[in-house]
Amino acid sequence: MSRGPFSLSRWMGIIIKEFIQLRRDRLTFGMIVGIPILQLLLFGYAINADPRNLPTAVLAQDQSPYSRSLIAALQISSYFRITELADSEQRVDELLRLGEVQFAVTVPVGFERALVRGERPVLLVEADATDPAATSNALGALSQIAQRALDRDLQGALQVHIADPPAIDLRVHRRYNPEGITAYNIVPGLLGVILTMTMVLMTGLAMTRERERGTLENLLSTPARPLEVMTGKIVPYILIGLIQVALVLVAARYLFEVPMQGSLLLLFGVVLLFIAANLTLGITFSALARNQLQAMQMTFFFFLPSLLLSGFMFPFRGMPDWAQVIGNLLPLTHFLMLVRGILLKGSGIAELWPQLWPILLFTAVVMGAGLRVYRRTLD
Amino acid sequence: MTQETGHDLVIDVSGLNKRFGDKHVVRDFSMQVRRGEIYGFLGPNGSGKTTTIRMLCGLLTPDSGSGTCLGYDIIRESAQIKRQVGYMTQRFSLWEDLSLRENLDFIARMYDMRDRKAAVTRTLEQLGLISRQHQLAGSLSGGWKQRLALAACMLHEPKLLLLDEPTAGVDPKARRDFWAEIHELAAGGISVLVSTHYMDEAERCHRLAYISFGELLASGTGTELIDQQGLATWTVAGPDLTELEKRLLGTTGVLQVTPFGQTLHVAGEDERALDAALAPYRDDDRYRWTRSEPTLEDVFISLMGTAQDNVQ
Repeated sequence: MSRGPFSLSRWMGIIIKEFIQLRRDRLTFGMIVGIPILQLLLFGYAINADPRNLPTAVLAQDQSPYSRSLIAALQISSYFRITELADSEQRVDELLRLGEVQFAVTVPVGFERALVRGERPVLLVEADATDPAATSNALGALSQIAQRALDRDLQGALQVHIADPPAIDLRVHRRYNPEGITAYNIVPGLLGVILTMTMVLMTGLAMTRERERGTLENLLSTPARPLEVMTGKIVPYILIGLIQVALVLVAARYLFEVPMQGSLLLLFGVVLLFIAANLTLGITFSALARNQLQAMQMTFFFFLPSLLLSGFMFPFRGMPDWAQVIGNLLPLTHFLMLVRGILLKGSGIAELWPQLWPILLFTAVVMGAGLRVYRRTLD
Repeated sequence: MTQETGHDLVIDVSGLNKRFGDKHVVRDFSMQVRRGEIYGFLGPNGSGKTTTIRMLCGLLTPDSGSGTCLGYDIIRESAQIKRQVGYMTQRFSLWEDLSLRENLDFIARMYDMRDRKAAVTRTLEQLGLISRQHQLAGSLSGGWKQRLALAACMLHEPKLLLLDEPTAGVDPKARRDFWAEIHELAAGGISVLVSTHYMDEAERCHRLAYISFGELLASGTGTELIDQQGLATWTVAGPDLTELEKRLLGTTGVLQVTPFGQTLHVAGEDERALDAALAPYRDDDRYRWTRSEPTLEDVFISLMGTAQDNVQ
């Protein structure tokens, strides 16, 4: 063992060499500078733990000034945004199941009459509580909003109904997750997050490894076709992904006691599609990246928005519209809704279709791009 | 097998061009290789040899130019070409984390071979590696890796072998065995295009092409190339050769001075000019001068010099 003195110039030499190499690797350098800026702006403005403007359906079975001012008050509170005036209870159910609205407010028949008589009519608010974080603030503000709206209307002789007990009987139904257990949302969400992480990363490295070791040239010189190579490299990871899914589902069922309302078969079908989407992306990254480090960076570049903008960590509807547009491009966003739909709402394929086709489209587009990149590999 | 002469050309390309960005790597390249021929492909590093080979086997598409390889169009029919060509890359490109048998088996599958198992076993036996078939390819020595790579690209019984500097970094014994094998294959009717930097290997080729900065500078048999260049050479022995070398280099008529052990090798493009240049030193009785035959190496070094002049 040589134990010479610590040479400052030698040490500087190593530091300078690292900097030179860092600067040469354009992508890495770009990411070092770009990622913090982009993410700061993107996530800083997009993420909102206090979601507002949540889509709400109203079923007004009693048209009266009171119900109108209640609805107006909901809008003004900025928590609720009335997106549809439903015409039946079936429609309300459907909207909630499809996930098109977060809340549904039902003003029952004879609401005005009961209110004026001081009979404390029921105001029913149903919430899609699959993600408790998305609804809790709005629900918390609800009773105050209703109270204040009626305060203004119940003047004069009717004032007696205002005070204790409140003039209306506000009933909140947390649908699909009555106890508001966050694990119901987090555990299925983790399934998607784990799959995104491992599938994109593992396949991302698969092709760059061939390139770094020089074996890609050999592979390309054989008659193997790009489609054969890409899909052939994907299949082993599909199996790995399915094993991960099985593990998470067993844990969800027996450790976290997440309900299983829908079809297990359908769930596996959806999972397969989601795995395929991520693997295709991984393969494309790996055809794009020049080395394994770059493939890794691309993975993270994709993974972070998936984590933060998909509705996994923060309520999807709490984000501004532009961020929701970005979120809608990510397969994880749709996968989360699909898994919640199957596990918690027992949705069938017809109800899931609106979330299925974006993933299919994503896969097809990325696959097309990947094949093109692969073809140009040596050119 | 007697067909038109055109069909006896396994490689027949002309006007090939390839650019990477603003680098013109191969320019107006033409080449004909006959069936059963060992064709040596020479040129300095970065002269476009690898790029040319990649274009021939369909890995790269030329920007312009046309031609055939084994009778297939190099632009439209690269799939058919790949099936019948064996390409050995410059760098060892089998999978180091697969065993010898797994590697060969994989390659055999890529070519959709029937009787895969038997073919792989036969190859392993011929290599004398059957006892080490489960060893990882990464653990082989350089010479063995190169033999395995050659065996792998021969597995699907190609009609044409494209070898990109196959013997770089391999010891002389292994190199000699390798070339013996190449000649055997050629005798069996397989055509071989091989790029190399070694002069002794160049001399073993039936015909040669010299490429520099993407341009074909000369082609023909070894003797043809030597005759074409028309160099005159002298060998000199004596004291202080380094001093003599320095003085000779500046003299007009002297093209190159190369030390070979205890002697200097002096070459010139014109015999009379060279004689005139050497006259003052010929009378010095400390030196012993002998007339010598120009070698391929002289030819290539002189070609390399002219190519650089052209570019500058």
